[in-house]
Amino acid sequence: MDFFLSRYRHLTVLLIVITAQLVLIAYQVKTSKDIPLIRVWAVTAVTPVETGLELVRRYTWGFVEDYFVLLGVRSQNEKLRRENGQLKIENNYLKSELSTADRARALSVFQARSPSKTVAARVIGNGTGANSKVVFVDRGSTSGVESGMAVVTPDGIVGKVVEAYPTASLVMLITDPTFAAGVVSQKNRVHGTLKGQGHAECLVDYVQNEEHVDIGEWFYTSGDDRIFPKGFPVGQVTASPNGKTFKEIYVSPSGTQGGVEEVLIVLQGVHQEVPGGEMASPAYTILPAPHDAATQTPEGAPQPGALSTDADRLRAIYKDVGVEQKHTYGEGTPGSKPPDFTKIPSVHGVLSPGGSAAAPNAPGQASAAQPGAAKAPAQAQTGPAAGPAQTGQTKPVLPPKPAVPAVAKPKPPVSEGIDDEPASVVAPAPPAPNQ
Amino acid sequence: MTEYTERLLAETPRKSAADRFRLVWLVVIPLVAVLSQVYVPRFIPFLAYLELPLLITVHFALSRGGPIPALFYGMFIGLVQDSLSHQPIGMYGIVKTLVGYFAASVSMRFDVQNPVVTFILSFFFYFFHQFFYWVLSRALLGETLGFDAQQTVIFGLLNAAVALPLFRLLDKLKVAG
Repeated sequence: MDFFLSRYRHLTVLLIVITAQLVLIAYQVKTSKDIPLIRVWAVTAVTPVETGLELVRRYTWGFVEDYFVLLGVRSQNEKLRRENGQLKIENNYLKSELSTADRARALSVFQARSPSKTVAARVIGNGTGANSKVVFVDRGSTSGVESGMAVVTPDGIVGKVVEAYPTASLVMLITDPTFAAGVVSQKNRVHGTLKGQGHAECLVDYVQNEEHVDIGEWFYTSGDDRIFPKGFPVGQVTASPNGKTFKEIYVSPSGTQGGVEEVLIVLQGVHQEVPGGEMASPAYTILPAPHDAATQTPEGAPQPGALSTDADRLRAIYKDVGVEQKHTYGEGTPGSKPPDFTKIPSVHGVLSPGGSAAAPNAPGQASAAQPGAAKAPAQAQTGPAAGPAQTGQTKPVLPPKPAVPAVAKPKPPVSEGIDDEPASVVAPAPPAPNQ
Repeated sequence: MTEYTERLLAETPRKSAADRFRLVWLVVIPLVAVLSQVYVPRFIPFLAYLELPLLITVHFALSRGGPIPALFYGMFIGLVQDSLSHQPIGMYGIVKTLVGYFAASVSMRFDVQNPVVTFILSFFFYFFHQFFYWVLSRALLGETLGFDAQQTVIFGLLNAAVALPLFRLLDKLKVAG
């Protein structure tokens, strides 16, 4: 053992040190909610220097710029930029409200709701590491900042607070590869997950290839992640090619364009509607319900009172004719004027060329198509003028049996609550019994 | 063995045990290097690519007598760097521990005073540092980070270029025993 330790002393020490740090990492990952004390000490010790250096930078470097380059314009510009930022937020809020409802409703909602409560913060330093996508801001837990709060600018979201120290906070930018947030597109309301890529553009993941996303379309926070309130702008789509399963939508973040200097930390988020909510026409159309489907229950059974077969519909047509001509079936005395059946519509609403209904499946129509039977409606139309009743006989006679079996035999089903007998409806005018 | 290779493999002046930093420099230099990563990009964003803590680790490892002090020094710098990052403490610590160990091991075989060797080693250890950090992030933390090899190579060359004058400057801070 001693030989081994003396022979591989360097390697042994290296392994011990590496193992110790691995254990340290494992411990931190397990208890990730607690901030390690060493980190609190380091940040608390460093941030005052950062603040001081930032002040020095602003009052030396910045002073030179103010004096020689912009003179008094810079401070005025900063003031106007702040006011402009507030106005942008208010404008965004008002636009979103007014676009979704009428003005009165929007105003009442506006009065009832207030915009998100925010606190302004200034970026005072970057995180360590060449590829670092985190920044320190000069507001910490003493200002009410907590881990997990959203960080925004009037132009869009910037990131989220990952750790809140007493005097400063560490903000993970949306370009960090571990960043994720729920987003929704403006036009088609396509939901996805915004992911940082480690460079200027972000990826919106988990959007199916079938979804439609235009280049230049805006994405807004969807509020799904419970960090960012809904309705904050995220960025514009720069490319959206189809991927293997999901689209590869790249978004240019609007909140981090031109660097991040001053930000707003959302202490209490208020969801807003995503503005400009007109839906693009989908690639599919919903057809009207099938003709037969409307008459049936999902189980396929005819609904009470609904028309389920052609016979039912034919019966209804004849019934309508009777109502229109004020004729009650079954009550007409022999020799009285029957209803005019020559101009009834077909079952499907198409008139036959001769003016009569073309209902091939209707029993009455089948008889009317026959040359011999065609006289019956004609007689019915002319009525007493052409029939035997014209002879002036008043003797009651029984209605004759139909001459054509097809007219009377196929008895259509009778629905509940309807007493008329279809067979009698289509019966031709009764011939004179004496003939 | 040529004269040049003999010169490359000779005992290096930088590695002489007589040359030592003052203790205060051993603490101040890495702190300045880490803090510069925090402050300098605020003034000059382009310099965010500089990995000064790594260069300090490499320089120290090439200068000191053995791997053990170098690995502890790398660990110290890495942990300080970790304390100001958002990753679990130990990520940079492990990577810089390994860099310190391997740099010190390599320094025993080469003339690290030679600018060409210094440039190559600086470039190599930058690439190793970034690559191993990426591996650790994926393996230990489960992060789906991408590794941009082209950008890493470019930044490695830039860091190696910075390492040459930086090492000269650091050599001047050493005192002869």
